Amino acid sequence: MSTLSSPPVESKQETKQESSQLISRGVRARPLFDPEIVKRATKEAFIKLNPRMVAKNPVMFVVEVGAALTTIYVIKDAITGTGGLLFGIQIALWLWFTVVFANFAEAMAEARGKAQADALRKTKTDTIARKILPHGAFELVQASKLRAGDVVYCEAGNLIPGDGEVIEGVASVDESVITGESAPVIRESGGDRSAVTGGTQVLSDHIKIRITSNPGETFLDRMIALVEGAVRHKTPNEIALNILIAGLTLIFLMAVATLPPYAKYAIQAVGSGTAPTVAVLVSLLVCLIPTTIGGLLSAIGIAGMDRVMQHNVLAMSGKAVEASGDVNTLLLDKTGTITLGNRQAVEFIPLNGVSESELADAAQLSSLADETPEGRSIVVLAKEKYQLRGREVAEHNAQFIPFSAYTRMSGVDMDGRHLRKGATEAIAQFVKEAGGKVHQSLKEVSDRISSNGGTPLAVADGSRVLGVVHLKDIVKGGMRERLASLRAMGIRSVMITGDNPLTAAAIAQEAGVDDFLAQATPQDKLEYIRKEQDQGRLVAMTGDGTNDAPALAQADVGVAMNTGTMAAKEAGNMVDLDSNPTKLIEIVAIGKQLLITRGSLTTFSIANDIAKYFAIIPAMFASMYPELNKLNIMGLHSPHSAVLAAVIFNAVIIIALVPLALRGVQYKPVNAGQMLGRNLLIYGLGGIIVPFPGIWLIDKIIVALHLA
Amino acid sequence: MTLLGIAQIVIFFALVVAITKPIGTFMYRVFKGERTFLHPVFHPLERLIYRLGGVREDEEQSWIRYAASMISLSIFSVLFVYVLQRFQGHLPLNPMHFSTPQAPQGATPMTPDLAFNVAVSFLTNTNWQSYSPETTVSYFTQMTALAVQNFVSAAVGIAVAIAMIRGFARHTAKTIGNFWVDVTRAIIYILLPICILATMFFVWQGSIQNFKPPATVQTLEGASQTIEQGPLASQEAIKMLGTNGGGFFNANSAHPYENPTPLTNLLQLCLIFVLGAGLTYTFGKMVRDPRQGWALFGAMAVMFIAGAFICYWAEQRGNPMVTSMGVESAYTGSQPGGNMEGKEVRFGNAMTALFTTVTTDASCGAVVAMHDSLTPIGGLVPLFNMQTDEVIFGGDGAGLYSMLIYAIIAVFIGGLMVGRTPEYVGKKIEQKEVKMALIAILATSLCVLGFTALSSVAPFAKDHYWNPPGPAIANLNNGGAHGFSEILYSYTSGAGNNGSAFAGINANTPWYNLTIGLDMLVGRFLFIIPALAIAGSLAAKKLIPVTSGTLPTNGSLFVVLLIGVVIIVGALTYFPALSLGPIVEHLQMLNGKLF
Repeated sequence: MSTLSSPPVESKQETKQESSQLISRGVRARPLFDPEIVKRATKEAFIKLNPRMVAKNPVMFVVEVGAALTTIYVIKDAITGTGGLLFGIQIALWLWFTVVFANFAEAMAEARGKAQADALRKTKTDTIARKILPHGAFELVQASKLRAGDVVYCEAGNLIPGDGEVIEGVASVDESVITGESAPVIRESGGDRSAVTGGTQVLSDHIKIRITSNPGETFLDRMIALVEGAVRHKTPNEIALNILIAGLTLIFLMAVATLPPYAKYAIQAVGSGTAPTVAVLVSLLVCLIPTTIGGLLSAIGIAGMDRVMQHNVLAMSGKAVEASGDVNTLLLDKTGTITLGNRQAVEFIPLNGVSESELADAAQLSSLADETPEGRSIVVLAKEKYQLRGREVAEHNAQFIPFSAYTRMSGVDMDGRHLRKGATEAIAQFVKEAGGKVHQSLKEVSDRISSNGGTPLAVADGSRVLGVVHLKDIVKGGMRERLASLRAMGIRSVMITGDNPLTAAAIAQEAGVDDFLAQATPQDKLEYIRKEQDQGRLVAMTGDGTNDAPALAQADVGVAMNTGTMAAKEAGNMVDLDSNPTKLIEIVAIGKQLLITRGSLTTFSIANDIAKYFAIIPAMFASMYPELNKLNIMGLHSPHSAVLAAVIFNAVIIIALVPLALRGVQYKPVNAGQMLGRNLLIYGLGGIIVPFPGIWLIDKIIVALHLA
Repeated sequence: MTLLGIAQIVIFFALVVAITKPIGTFMYRVFKGERTFLHPVFHPLERLIYRLGGVREDEEQSWIRYAASMISLSIFSVLFVYVLQRFQGHLPLNPMHFSTPQAPQGATPMTPDLAFNVAVSFLTNTNWQSYSPETTVSYFTQMTALAVQNFVSAAVGIAVAIAMIRGFARHTAKTIGNFWVDVTRAIIYILLPICILATMFFVWQGSIQNFKPPATVQTLEGASQTIEQGPLASQEAIKMLGTNGGGFFNANSAHPYENPTPLTNLLQLCLIFVLGAGLTYTFGKMVRDPRQGWALFGAMAVMFIAGAFICYWAEQRGNPMVTSMGVESAYTGSQPGGNMEGKEVRFGNAMTALFTTVTTDASCGAVVAMHDSLTPIGGLVPLFNMQTDEVIFGGDGAGLYSMLIYAIIAVFIGGLMVGRTPEYVGKKIEQKEVKMALIAILATSLCVLGFTALSSVAPFAKDHYWNPPGPAIANLNNGGAHGFSEILYSYTSGAGNNGSAFAGINANTPWYNLTIGLDMLVGRFLFIIPALAIAGSLAAKKLIPVTSGTLPTNGSLFVVLLIGVVIIVGALTYFPALSLGPIVEHLQMLNGKLF
């Protein structure tokens, strides 16, 4: 597996993990009612009255048809001079408002995405690129003319003209356009840090880049399209929910359409009374059909994607966000996700009668030139424990031996000493070759450290084994609690590591993951995912290297790190622009929040109907059956005020719930039973109760204003 | 309500609870194809049937083939019953010479529309009877057409329920069982053995079984009375066990030959519920978590008890207008009190309320009283039971598959609230399931509301072929809101495949025979086919492991959710219609107005 380059926002992550809330405030979060966005959405809300646009939403289409029908009857009544004009006009107006309000909710969600896209588009200026021709000469071309396969040259100060791969050189690049993070990142040829994105700026050095995307298909282009919602498809669950509310609409359509015949029978049976008017029938229908969820459904979906975006994660589809709510298994890379990016020396264990300070001294010397975090931590530990200061070694005629994958050790030759540190087997080999003897205790100590989750680093001086340095993985603060809350949500966490099983088991134990995959190769990862999926589980993972690509593609939710290779980014269905693998947990929480918001508002919408029946049915049939007034438990003033109050409540509740739809309902990591109980109480029972005082209050206002 | 009355309801319910697990386990074994204690006797018969029918026991069917088999059997059944009725005048065992020129005066002719209605009625497990059996059908028709259908239609319901359970229980499977095998097993191992025992019991308690023509006797007062005879006992057990409800006599279970003693009454009640209750346990066992089954049972039980006590309370409370005339309405040692109009004195208020509730909780439709004469609220209970698609233990198999369809809707709404896309017993509930569940619920309610609306206004001239009495409402015996309830009840009973009559309406006209016939067909097949489609779709899916993030569908919270969905969907659909029927009638009664 690939080792992660330490993410540029390491320090920020630490503070995030301390917070107990699962979903933090996104880095790109904006105020909910930005005046600019509200203005834009209001305009859109009226444009969207176009029947062809409303037709996509069956519930709202019914409302619009009802509004049009009522309007026609009001006009007819106005011409013929039939009474009750004030009532008819008001009903018609509020029905139109209902559609406008629903449009507004959707437009709000879209406008937020569009504002985001505009900001991105501003960065998309057409630059002049230096294209390298086959014979090595430069040609100045417009960036928009570059095709995949072209090679360009960029130096400090240049904007990178398109997405590509560094094929030569190393440079620091400012990617703040994409990530919002100002610290520069290193991009170099070969390996997992070779991908560059169009629009970012080279800050130092120069690189050759092979362009990998054609104009209009760059990462930035796709990003703009995504946040703008241009490529939004309804998610499977959204479609199913749409079917449900369309079905309910049909039922209510039938329940209302059969009322005129019933009323005719009643009038004939009683011998008095008037049939319900079109305005009243349409009012009842609109109140009954699930307009609240019908009006907010697409806004909820768009807002869900937007919330992910606010966390600097780019979801390639709404389906991916939805799937993240369903995830059963999270594959988390050990390094950088569960533990800090590096191991640290915690103990010196001398062997064969060597004193601890001699070991520390030798270890420090051998690490002086070692710039890896592990090497530095040895120097620091020796300093702290034995006040051994870092020495100027140049005068000792020291020659540093760098680490190589072949020898698996590093060290220093100075004053005739050959100090080495490295893997136990490598050092044992080195000592034997130098004519020394390796005592059994070296293996024993090493094994003990391994089995406790540490990494043993043997230290030798020529033919003499001095001892072992204990390197330890440090589990990130707050990780245990986060994993525990995942477990409460029913999500298993699996740690992926290249370590041996013993080491892996110890860290797994310490971090509190449910399972681990040790000595994992990309193939192992892929197989693990397949196995989980065969058992019906949904798997989420993060990855950055090209060799992660198959696993990222196989996973139901694959989050590629922005620092990763193009192949990884293509394979995943999300890209984390901060390249913070821990964010996977937040993504899952956002997915769940999206689904909960949808379910809660559906429940609320249906539960609301009960009160509306009690408002409208007595009003509708009071002329033939005055006894039905007993059902007017809210004590509404008159049939007209009752119907009007119900219609107004029905319209206003959509607007009132827009913030909830955009922000998502409150989400706490508890088990499903507790969550269901809580939400049933708030949105189910609440949905039954709330409209009663609501309609009552509106009725009082209507009467006070002499509107009915 | 009296202590004795409450005790009767409680004892009955305790019996249902006790019998659920044993019968559920037995059905589990039968449909798994495991050996039961009945195998030594019945297995040879089963194998013989397969050999005669060319059925391969181990050959499984996809949902489409399963549904096609079900439809082909149904077409055969309906034609068979229709033809037999039309030719009953030429067939034996017809001592009253029905459908012949020698038929007695007052006999009902077996017209094509009536024969159609009866054939559909017994095909769909409805057993709606717009005729009086004792003046219309021969013993031969009763035995070979109607009684046979009582077995077959119940077995089809059970088979569909089992197929649907398999959809949940299996994973990544293409098939949902073999229709012919399921139907055969349901009849041979479940319906027949229980019916044989129950019939013995009925005969012991006083039911008759003979081929004699009606007897004319001198009463003590010296008047002459005709006492109907016939092969009754053999049809009584399946009438209840099969949740058919079609009486041998018009008086149905109020008739002393059909339901002679309090013991037979208790047995009848138990027979109605036994298979519906048992299937919940079969479901739990087949999906490897009996608590899933008990959760469905729990939801059904709560609604049953609520309905029974509301009905009993309304009946025992009686009619305030009668009370105000100085009639004692309270229970005293010597009289039952309450509303005894239209009730059999042998059963009283508690047993009548219980029977009325049970027969409409399940799609049985046998009655011990005139539902027409119940108080408005007492009549609202059976009406609402049927309008919520009889999910309270329900018809044989139908109760379970209907409840599962509601569970799908409940899970779809509630499941999202736990932050996952919905799943039920390990299966994802997606577009197709939701669509099919909605078709089932929609079709029945559209039929009930639509036909009720048509019959409220349908204008026919007097002596018109379609409706000789005149406009469709001319067939009503009562006016006002009560008359409306009569129409609403008829179509509700038809679409719900219940078959109980509110009475008070003359439904034997071509108009009503045809519309109620269509109503029954839609209520049956537009429920069964979506149910099978769901089974097929679910069977093909993977099984999702249960975690703490899974919506728990085996606990009390789900019971609450499920009840909420059943009642709210039912109430929202029918509240306007109900408010113009029993609700306004109740309010008018309180204001001193009756029909």
